[in-house]
Amino acid sequence: MNATATDEDEGRFAAHAVTLTVNGQRRQVEIQPWVTLLDLLRERLGLTGSKKGCDHGQCGACTVLVNGHRINACLTLAVMHEGAEVITVEGLAEGDALHPLQAAFIEHDAFQCGYCTPGQICSALGLIVEGEARSADEIREAMSGNLCRCGAYPNILAAIEQVLADDERRPE
Amino acid sequence: MSPFAYRKPAALDEALALAGPGARFIAGGTNLLDLMKQDVLRPKLLIDITGLPLRGIAPTGDGGLLIGALVSNAELARHPEVLRRYPLLSRAILAGASPQLRNMASTGGNLLQRTRCYYFYDTATPCNKREPGSGCAARDGLNRIHAILGASEHCVATHPSDMCVALAALEAKVVVAGPEGERRIPFADFHRLPGDTPHQDNNLEDGELITAVELPPTGFASHCAYLKVRDRASYAFALVSVAALLELDGGLIREARIAVGGVAHKPWRDSEAEVALIGQPPVEASFHAAADILLRDAQPLAHNGFKIELARRCIVRALSDAIGGGRP
Amino acid sequence: MTVVRSPLGQPLDRVDGVSKVTGQARYAAEFTEPGLLHGCVLGSRIARGRILAIDAEDAMDVAGVHLVLSHRNRPRMAADDESYEDADAAEGSPFRPLYDERILYSGQPVALVVADTPELARYAASLVHVEYEEEAHETDLCGLLEHAHAAPAKLPPARGDADAALAGSALCIEVEYLSPVEHHNPLEPHASTVLVQPDGSLLIHDKTQGTQNSQSYICQVFGLDPKRVRVCAAFVGGAFGSGLRPQYQLTLAVMAALKLGRSVRVALSRPQMFTFGYRPRTVQRLRLGAAANGRLQGLSHLAIGQTSRFEDFTEHVVEWSGMLYQCDNVHLDYRLVPLDVHTPLDMRAPGAALGLYALECAMDELACAVAIDPLQLRLLNYADANQNEGKPFSSKALRDCYRQGAERFGWSRRPLEPRSLRDGHELIGWGMAGGVWEALQMPASAKASLGGDGILRVSSATTDIGTGTYTAMTQVAAAEFGLPVERVAFRLGDSSLPTAPLQGGSATVSSVGTAVQQACVALKSKLFDIARQRPGSAFAGLTLEQVCFAEGRLSRRDDPDQAIELSDLIGSGAPLEARVDAKPDPRREAFSSATHSAVFVEVRVDEALGRVRVSRVVSAVAAGRVVNPKTTRSQILGGVVWGIGMALQEETLIDHRLGRYMNHDLAEYHVPVHADIGEIEVLFVEEEDLVVNALGSKGVGEIGIVGVAAAVANAVYHATGRRVRELPITLDKLL
Repeated sequence: MNATATDEDEGRFAAHAVTLTVNGQRRQVEIQPWVTLLDLLRERLGLTGSKKGCDHGQCGACTVLVNGHRINACLTLAVMHEGAEVITVEGLAEGDALHPLQAAFIEHDAFQCGYCTPGQICSALGLIVEGEARSADEIREAMSGNLCRCGAYPNILAAIEQVLADDERRPE
Repeated sequence: MSPFAYRKPAALDEALALAGPGARFIAGGTNLLDLMKQDVLRPKLLIDITGLPLRGIAPTGDGGLLIGALVSNAELARHPEVLRRYPLLSRAILAGASPQLRNMASTGGNLLQRTRCYYFYDTATPCNKREPGSGCAARDGLNRIHAILGASEHCVATHPSDMCVALAALEAKVVVAGPEGERRIPFADFHRLPGDTPHQDNNLEDGELITAVELPPTGFASHCAYLKVRDRASYAFALVSVAALLELDGGLIREARIAVGGVAHKPWRDSEAEVALIGQPPVEASFHAAADILLRDAQPLAHNGFKIELARRCIVRALSDAIGGGRP
Repeated sequence: MTVVRSPLGQPLDRVDGVSKVTGQARYAAEFTEPGLLHGCVLGSRIARGRILAIDAEDAMDVAGVHLVLSHRNRPRMAADDESYEDADAAEGSPFRPLYDERILYSGQPVALVVADTPELARYAASLVHVEYEEEAHETDLCGLLEHAHAAPAKLPPARGDADAALAGSALCIEVEYLSPVEHHNPLEPHASTVLVQPDGSLLIHDKTQGTQNSQSYICQVFGLDPKRVRVCAAFVGGAFGSGLRPQYQLTLAVMAALKLGRSVRVALSRPQMFTFGYRPRTVQRLRLGAAANGRLQGLSHLAIGQTSRFEDFTEHVVEWSGMLYQCDNVHLDYRLVPLDVHTPLDMRAPGAALGLYALECAMDELACAVAIDPLQLRLLNYADANQNEGKPFSSKALRDCYRQGAERFGWSRRPLEPRSLRDGHELIGWGMAGGVWEALQMPASAKASLGGDGILRVSSATTDIGTGTYTAMTQVAAAEFGLPVERVAFRLGDSSLPTAPLQGGSATVSSVGTAVQQACVALKSKLFDIARQRPGSAFAGLTLEQVCFAEGRLSRRDDPDQAIELSDLIGSGAPLEARVDAKPDPRREAFSSATHSAVFVEVRVDEALGRVRVSRVVSAVAAGRVVNPKTTRSQILGGVVWGIGMALQEETLIDHRLGRYMNHDLAEYHVPVHADIGEIEVLFVEEEDLVVNALGSKGVGEIGIVGVAAAVANAVYHATGRRVRELPITLDKLL
């Protein structure tokens, strides 16, 4: 008996129907359970903004928001996100108007090669939503799940600090 | 990754019924998928338990706290009751992983994290934990991050969790459900030492599922500290970590708990070391004496001898910090 | 009349910024087409030996698997070494992926599994069974130092008599420093997407620092017509040297595409990023002899590095010791030990990062022996000329780096004695080091064209690995043409564009920038000719120097009202084009050109626990004219972060029994995270250089890291009184 027969006998290649909302758009897909959320986005939905730097939750380049929480899209199965609201870097700008974090990243030159950038921005968005990190050291700690090999850390910090400060100044 | 079938039961008994050889429960998946991608684990069926009603945090009858197995690490760390009554647990959780991983990882799953031993992760090398009988490459290999206490000739791996170090110190209980019904496992009995069965990290029986973690009433909130020492400032596993809890009475120590992470196959506690502190003044000399007792049987490997001295100093520092409340 | 500010020297936002922050920038593994196949690489588990058998039956049985490629069934490849030599090849016999059954290092690719999806390819790769015949291997440099041979490097000749001078010196320091293997680990793993075009030609999106290097390599290896292979790299997710040579994922992807006649992508996993080039492990021995006042009398620097059995990798490790300080008796030596490992590869500030770590630590030790301030010692031995070459510097503002950096840092308040500063549990230490990197320029070509739409289009085959090439070249072109940057479009990352050198060595602004500038001048000249030759032209009889290009107009300098729109000169016809091949100015030959820096570091060391934190860094850099202070500062910041990683964290651990790197992931190969990085201040000192190139600009990609590891190590000494002479300075070395 070869591997294929065994695998198929046990339903191990069976596809599952999953419906989820990505950047406000309802997406219905038929996927095998071994497809990660990251590979669903990158390989099936054409959303390559979320990056694959390690595929093991060790770099943060794949960070997206699921139901408002930042997570590593590489370490979760797409099939487990039926009904979820997913936001990726492609969903942040409104038309030509950049999200304040995106604008601040450009202004502070908070990236070089740009590969970690979508993850940094989504992670920063998660940080702001959490509302816990305020001081520079708190932001540094709360962003430590996002590696930047180009070493743009001081500029990323400056960009996030600016957006946090602007948020505070803005009247409710 | 090998292909697997996927089921998502809606009820506990349904989940338990699906369990069997080749099946694994999945919740956060942060370590399970990691290991499946490396081919370290090849389950044939994943049982997605995220649909089970195990997300509550509720007081217990005796004044403790019952934490559902699916509560995320992030949620647990910022829960008001945890912050107020068990700050050690919150600090330990926040010392581990990253915000993204803590948003995903579950309470039950954290207990089941596998070791970070290089050889365990690399299927091209021998490892008794991954492949019983293949040998331990770490024992005479690269072992700077390995165990100094409780290791065996078959395995020198350490347990990587921070949360578990706190749970060990707090003397939590692990609530599990299985074919035989529900049982509670004292935390000290949950994880195992490697012995000659290093492939078994814990004492869960086949088909059992962690449903909750129960904290006892006492949280030592006034005098606790979690100290983690690692190779960078964040987002790295502990070389050594220490959870320290003290209860003071009239300037003397009434009760002490010390759990050490990064040094053994499970969070390490030593009742003799803790008893030695009772009745002593909370000063460095007492702490040193306790640390010496705790580390009396420590055995260095070629590259991790420094951990003995590091652990000694970390114990002293953590106990000192605990007097001040633990915020360094 | 409004004065147009030249875009040169302005802190322009990156022109590719929006595409990067919105996720629109596409990297090598992000191009696709229907039916694209995915390859997964299987690596060797042994370090030396040969493949006896490959059983691919189980893998091929999986539905959706198309090919298990190995040396047994690969397409035809060149059989001579020359065909495998690329623009950054080391001396020797380059590695040939899937060429034959020989295993030369652990992790070497032995098979490629090609399937419909990445998941299938990875699964099927786990079903391929490879049987090896293992041979004894050696991977430990330190156990084989006696077997070192002279590196095939052209070292500066010895000068004076170093041994005699050292023997006669009042003070002599003799020290050995060790550095480990480090891997580049750009955040984007290497990947190549080979898209087979309808006419059978190949369009390849590759992660590379040289599209034309990849193109010619592929053509040579597979005997393909360069006209039918185009390599693109519009965006590169970091490289730091890892893309200087075509890496095996490219070869394998092309092989599979040729074999199947289908488009194929091969993306490496993070562990596979540890299976090709790296910064080599070194042992460095320095002897410094000085008079009682600290003046250097003699210097000897020996570096021994590891290399592979098949190539002798060389970099400039020891040369710097002959040029950074004035010293008349110098002996430099560089040796290599071949091991059963892959060949090392240039990695950010190759050679200098290592050599200056050792030299600048040794200078600190000498300063202690002389009992003078380490900055004072450097000023005392300041070199006004490059004694290695016997040439003056085209410019050298290192003194200003020392002075301005020290002032900003507050260096004058530094107590001489170690262990003098303390804050609670923490000992505080201040250390410094100097840095140097050669200001290179290579031949490069560029094309400029202007169409009726008024957009200046400039292009060159160079890349932007995060360095800011898109932006800097836009600024150079806009400045030369007097156009706002919005009206300039710069293209790169395409082998079909004008020739560019590899993007490395901090030479892109100097090389490609010069070509861009000259292409713009050439195009201006063509436009001017058209204007001049028009009947009744107001420009008749004038020279190019007598006219001005600004705001899309050509005008007389002496009478700005006499002006013409450039778009009128072109009309509705084809765009006007100019293409140039730029070369380094021969005037450079009489000079030595280098970028310099001075780095000042504060560390806080937990005395009991050994934890080191770099709390403050000031890096003062002299790099000539700064084209864009915003992106240039970022380059230096990045370099400093790299230096901190090198000093405290980075080390690829090899199990010598297995001959295998074991911490091959980003959890256990530690690079700095946000929380590791404190305040970093970057200063650019004024430095006018009329020789180096017409822009007066030297590169900054490397200089930021140079010296940082030494400054950190010296600060750790100042804090603790302990000299750790082995990188990285992990806490166990301080307990």
